[in-house]
Amino acid sequence: MSDYGSRGNKDRSITKSSDRLTAPPQRSEPRGTPRDASAPFLIGEAMTGGYGRGADILHSCTIAAEAGQIAVIVGPNGAGKSTAMKAIFGMLKLREGAVKIDGDDITGLSPQDRVAKGMAFVPQTQNVFTSMSVEENLEMGAFLRRDDIKGTMAQVYDLFPILKDKRRQAAGELSGGQRQQVAVGRALMTQPKVLMLDEPTAGVSPIVMDELFDRIIEIARTGITILMVEQNARQALEIAHKGYVLVQGANAYEGTGEELLANEEVRRTFLGGR
Amino acid sequence: MDPLNAIVALSNFVLIPALAYGAQLALGALGVTLIYGILRFSNFAHGDTMAFGTMITILSTWGLQGMGVSFGVLPTALLALPFGILGTALFLLLTDRTIYAFYRKQRAAPVILVIVSMGVMFVMNGIVRFVIGVDDIGFADGERFIINARDFRDMTGLEEGLAVRTTTVITLVTAAIAVALLFWFLNRTRTGKSMRAYSDNEDLALLSGINPERVVAITWIIVAALATTAGVLYGLDKSFKAFTYFQLLLPIFASAIVGGLGSPIGAIAGGFVIAFSEVMITYAWKKVLGYMAPEALEPDGLVQLMSTDYKFAVSFAILIIVLLFRPTGLFRGQSV
Ligand SMILES: Nc1ncnc2c1ncn2[C@@H]1O[C@H](COP(=O)(O)OP(=O)(O)OP(=O)(O)O)[C@@H](O)[C@H]1O
Ligand SMILES: [Mg+2]
Repeated sequence: MSDYGSRGNKDRSITKSSDRLTAPPQRSEPRGTPRDASAPFLIGEAMTGGYGRGADILHSCTIAAEAGQIAVIVGPNGAGKSTAMKAIFGMLKLREGAVKIDGDDITGLSPQDRVAKGMAFVPQTQNVFTSMSVEENLEMGAFLRRDDIKGTMAQVYDLFPILKDKRRQAAGELSGGQRQQVAVGRALMTQPKVLMLDEPTAGVSPIVMDELFDRIIEIARTGITILMVEQNARQALEIAHKGYVLVQGANAYEGTGEELLANEEVRRTFLGGR
Repeated sequence: MDPLNAIVALSNFVLIPALAYGAQLALGALGVTLIYGILRFSNFAHGDTMAFGTMITILSTWGLQGMGVSFGVLPTALLALPFGILGTALFLLLTDRTIYAFYRKQRAAPVILVIVSMGVMFVMNGIVRFVIGVDDIGFADGERFIINARDFRDMTGLEEGLAVRTTTVITLVTAAIAVALLFWFLNRTRTGKSMRAYSDNEDLALLSGINPERVVAITWIIVAALATTAGVLYGLDKSFKAFTYFQLLLPIFASAIVGGLGSPIGAIAGGFVIAFSEVMITYAWKKVLGYMAPEALEPDGLVQLMSTDYKFAVSFAILIIVLLFRPTGLFRGQSV
């Protein structure tokens, strides 16, 4: 009886059907307004909100990522890292604050419309179609695209060669690390401008983890902005241009990766001594 | 000992009827399994959806016959089938818009949707009885037999006759085409794959930009086609009666669950498992055993394990046995 009919992550907020049935009006800024060069490419500004009608989980939390850079969110379990990601992706209604991409306010857009805006998201759990083959997973990632996807698929296979060998195999039959590669690959298929990763290295051995980090750096080098949550704070901050420490839904510390790694207090409280 | 006659009798009374019945159950179970996989509830209105589709097909058949159209040796109902599918699809889409969409928006629990589908079932049941009545209706025309029993006996000189009815062959051929089309659609087309993706992981499908309302609408249309085809084939093979179709719900659900809810291959396998068990357990084996056993051991009784009145008990028993030993069904669908 346990999972009778409820698949996915049981997150009501993800599929606010009222939002997706009618495409929300696009807020189009007057054309020709030059983007404020100093503003980050993606920003969730002073976000406050929680699940459904429940209590606030985010408290005026601000997360930003510069174009082509890697921003990392770290923090203890239950700090609201995943919640902040969902809020930025529109899977959670904000009570206050705004989300902007490239200067456009997208706070009112549904997740699907944000995909069309160039955002892609790899959730923390259940991030592949387990009953479908690796190749079908990638095809589904490119569902919104009407052009030829072969080139993008070849790029993903170049990035994750193991997926090419396993492309006919069901994603549910892969190892945890391979699954994460499928998940990232699926997200890349839309050719996003922003890639959001929630703990891409969860449950992955140290060697595979290093490799995944290398791949993520590689992706960022192609100009894709990356915002990721990481449990392996030290390694993640080492590759991060910008880091955020979240505690109880609020920004506790922020700075460049190096700054956070050097910060005595951050090290003591979050990076485990040394 | 007369194995040849035994085989003929077995084919005539067990194998061929069970094959046809199995194909009909399989088509029905495919509809149930698709709804379960994509809309996430057990649709109790499925038997009455079959009745509704068959009703429209019968009405169209009468209309065609009235205009003097016939399909030669084949039943006119096959020409009317597309109208039946169309009418049923429109009706199902209307129920979805007016009823199920409301509960979907609230993300109602599956149990609630099951009860809602029972309401839909009663309404459809009422509509069908009101429009076409409660009586038995035969609507098969064209040639009745491909091989009839007497000709077979004359041809082979055997004691036993083998009758192959047109409807049996039509059932098998139509079911095979329907299943092939369905699998091609689900595995090869973009839309079909998006349906599987949605069934696999709804949230991730949304994140990939798959439009759930479109997936749901296409599901209903496919279900209308499957249910109407199943209903018409069953009606051609036997006869149409609103109450019988309502009763078909049990073997159909048993097939879908035995095969593994949500698994199309499972639904087909389940359909044949249930059909063969039902026919074999309610068949009086006296004749076949009489041919097989030596003279002295010929059975006196009918050697019928269960009276045909209890055929639904067979579906139930198999259902329970499978659920006890393999809760996800033969083909690992979702557990109930
Ligand atoms: N779907 C949900 N519905 C209601 N509350 C939720 C939901 N998901 C998370 N929460 C609550 O929100 C808070 C923050 O959870 P969140 O998943 O954002 O933490 P996290 O920082 O990602 O933790 P972890 O490192 O364990 O992944 C928790 O108190 C949790 O109970
Ligand atoms: Mg998390």
